[in-house]
Amino acid sequence: MRKLTIPISEQDIRALTVGEPVSLNGVMVTARDAAHKYMIDNFVKTHGAPPVAEVALYEELKKILGGGVIYHCGPVVQQTDGKWSFVAAGPTTSIREEPYQADVIGHFGVRAVIGKGGMGAKTLQACQDYGAVYLHAIGGAATFIAERVKEVLTVYKLDFGVPEAFWVIRVEDFPAVVTMDSHGGSLHKQIEEQSAKVLAGLL
Amino acid sequence: MQDLTDAFVELIRRAATLLPADMERALRKAREDEEPGSAAEGALDTILKNVEMSRAKSTPICQDTGTPIFTIHYPLGVSTRKLADQIRRACAIATEKGYLRPNAVDSLTGKNSGNNTGIDFPTMHFEEWDEEEIKVDLILKGGGCENVSTQYELPNNDLDAGRDLEGVRRVVLDAVHKAQGLGCAPGVLGVAVGGDRGTSYTKSKQLLLRPVDDTNEDSKLAELEDRLLEEGNQLGIGPMGFGGKTTLLGVKVGSLHRLPASYFVSVAYMCWANRRASMRVVGEEIIYA
Repeated sequence: MRKLTIPISEQDIRALTVGEPVSLNGVMVTARDAAHKYMIDNFVKTHGAPPVAEVALYEELKKILGGGVIYHCGPVVQQTDGKWSFVAAGPTTSIREEPYQADVIGHFGVRAVIGKGGMGAKTLQACQDYGAVYLHAIGGAATFIAERVKEVLTVYKLDFGVPEAFWVIRVEDFPAVVTMDSHGGSLHKQIEEQSAKVLAGLL
Repeated sequence: MQDLTDAFVELIRRAATLLPADMERALRKAREDEEPGSAAEGALDTILKNVEMSRAKSTPICQDTGTPIFTIHYPLGVSTRKLADQIRRACAIATEKGYLRPNAVDSLTGKNSGNNTGIDFPTMHFEEWDEEEIKVDLILKGGGCENVSTQYELPNNDLDAGRDLEGVRRVVLDAVHKAQGLGCAPGVLGVAVGGDRGTSYTKSKQLLLRPVDDTNEDSKLAELEDRLLEEGNQLGIGPMGFGGKTTLLGVKVGSLHRLPASYFVSVAYMCWANRRASMRVVGEEIIYA
């Protein structure tokens, strides 16, 4: 299993191919539906000139996402003595971010997106263009993965609701499998095509 | 009638954190069937480890604790309004305790209610019966698998599916193919044939309460279930869509009367984390299963 430390270099990303298991270490941020729409509306569409109220968060996100990792996850959290922790934190279905993901990768220089179920052609192209990968975590393995989240550093946009907020987390040995690489390889495309052939035979 | 709020909180905790034994057995068997060293085997290893950890720590198996779907059987004379209030209160308490993620979002404002209650949330079905006890079944159905659940209207020209069980077979296999790994395969299917659009979907979810390894009493449907399970697995989508031998763990088919003009087939896709729990209230005693 290849160990990756965040921020990740383009060279390290380009070395990865579909099927390879990896383990991630460092600081990443969760973002799903509301967060992606927010990033597109405020940062991408404004060409990096967000409304005044959003400038501070933009600066923070740039630091985290340059060479960084986005985790498609809406966790179960707990707050004890003012300190947040993750209780359950498996991946959510990534394809819902397909309209946004490529632009977010390009805008911030994101190196890896973690989720489940894979993504489409636009994201696969962005992985090639910018040097990024899609990493598949095990869907539903929420307690298992939460244990690899060692610390919640902060949370942004909690008004989006707990599942939709940006949770900045420090992880150790976060396990995932490369299912879309920066060379145009996609396990999801491959399985979809193979199973379509079998289906045609069964119908 | 006694206040059952605390008992409902415990029912929710059980559903969220304890995978039913029949599901765990099916997952262990699936793990044995996969190629040693494959991504499919690795996924099932992680899933089984997660099941054990969640049970030991009493934390949610999956962070998407889904739509809580309660089915309540009650004897004559019980107030369903009081039971509904207690269930809603229990959902709020279970959210505070971290057994449920706040999952109820106002569709117009986008605001999360924060406590798993809202308009028609959680889902509750009340049915009076002749028994003297109250029985409550709970399913937690996550969004990933709900999004790949689907409904067909037969005949369907694209799939050459007519209004018979062969047509049902065709559309169900299409649904499994379309779902790929998105519903957290290996999954369990509830398939309802007939009804109107609403009752058909409801029935498809109720079928998920059946143990994954039981046999349909109707021999024709039993045969269809076995065939769909086998052919679904031939698709090779595998755990998480990584490719592999187990795409489905079970298929449960049921039927409803329909209008002459309509022939719906509803497919409720349930993820491997097929979370369900039951309780019975017998006098003062609460019995969980």
